[in-house]
Amino acid sequence: MGPLIVYEQISSQTNLLLALVIGVGFGFVLESSGFSSSRKLAGMFYGYDTTVLKVFFTAAITAMLGLLFFSLFGWIDLSLVYVNPTYLWSAIVGGAVMGAGFIMGGFCPGTAFCAVSIGKLDALAFIGGLVIGILIFTEGYPLWENLYKSSYLGEPTMNSLIGISRGVFGLLLILAAFGMFFVGEWAEKKFPRDEY
Amino acid sequence: MHTDRSRKYLNPYIGGVLLGLVLLAANFVSGRGLGASGAVKSAVVSGMEVVAPSHVAATEYYQNYNASHPGGLFKNWLVWEMIGVLVGGLISGAIAGRLKFKVEHNPKITSKTRVLFAVLGGIFFGFGSQLGRGCTSGSALSGMAVLSVGGFVSMAFIFGTAFALAYFARKLWL
Repeated sequence: MGPLIVYEQISSQTNLLLALVIGVGFGFVLESSGFSSSRKLAGMFYGYDTTVLKVFFTAAITAMLGLLFFSLFGWIDLSLVYVNPTYLWSAIVGGAVMGAGFIMGGFCPGTAFCAVSIGKLDALAFIGGLVIGILIFTEGYPLWENLYKSSYLGEPTMNSLIGISRGVFGLLLILAAFGMFFVGEWAEKKFPRDEY
Repeated sequence: MHTDRSRKYLNPYIGGVLLGLVLLAANFVSGRGLGASGAVKSAVVSGMEVVAPSHVAATEYYQNYNASHPGGLFKNWLVWEMIGVLVGGLISGAIAGRLKFKVEHNPKITSKTRVLFAVLGGIFFGFGSQLGRGCTSGSALSGMAVLSVGGFVSMAFIFGTAFALAYFARKLWL
């Protein structure tokens, strides 16, 4: 029964070793999918390359569905899986600041590490920026503490918010993802670019 | 459209399924999803302890962080996961013949401009990931997989803002 670490079926040492193994898989898939290229990532926002949209939403629905199946099979106790807490305003402002960083830098933190592993020096510069940005947050923490802690809503899930079952919400999410894949395929035909 | 270069990348839907399985494995093993900015933060706090130990001892924020993350850098799940990302990326890049030191940029801008905006983008992303309690991996992707409202909000505002500002940044990319 999972999660393995919560049920103490593995030691904390093994947990860290598996983190390394999972990280190798994470990095391998990101790089193979082209996430080591900032121009490919940024293409999402101009419609000429919607790989990010396809990979991101396929991954989200695959993991969501996998967790649902594992729960049905009795392989995992979903009540013990971490659900990110919701602090509405810090999520909104933090998300908007990250979005601005994304369009300027062309990476997000995970993809920057993936890109630096194959020698992208612009990704190294981005990681240098991450360090500075995190330091600004930690050093100036009292200035944004109120925003950081405001509008705490607990750990609500989307289905509980709307008042439907996890499975029905999952189905709607899959249908929404398929809709976005159609839009993505259409955009790539409409805004083609192949010289990069 | 189908140059030799683009054919080397994995089909995005297959890549997505594989990434989803990696995320599922993370949840099954550790009860938590993936992450990236958390590893950088752990490194930043550890670095500050070396550079300015008395400052860290006197700052409540760092003390709270260390209390909630006992054992430091090398007991941190995300740090090992990100070391793995560097290894996994390197293996994939080596197989595909993509290992090369370079500043990748739009030929219409200089590499100096590219690096400047990469640093600036990193600063924004680093700060935003702290305010938003996680980045694209830890908050948006992992949060969506467990149907967290916060995860969906993060996703919408990261991608929504990037779309909204894309016009102003078009000279960097188009």
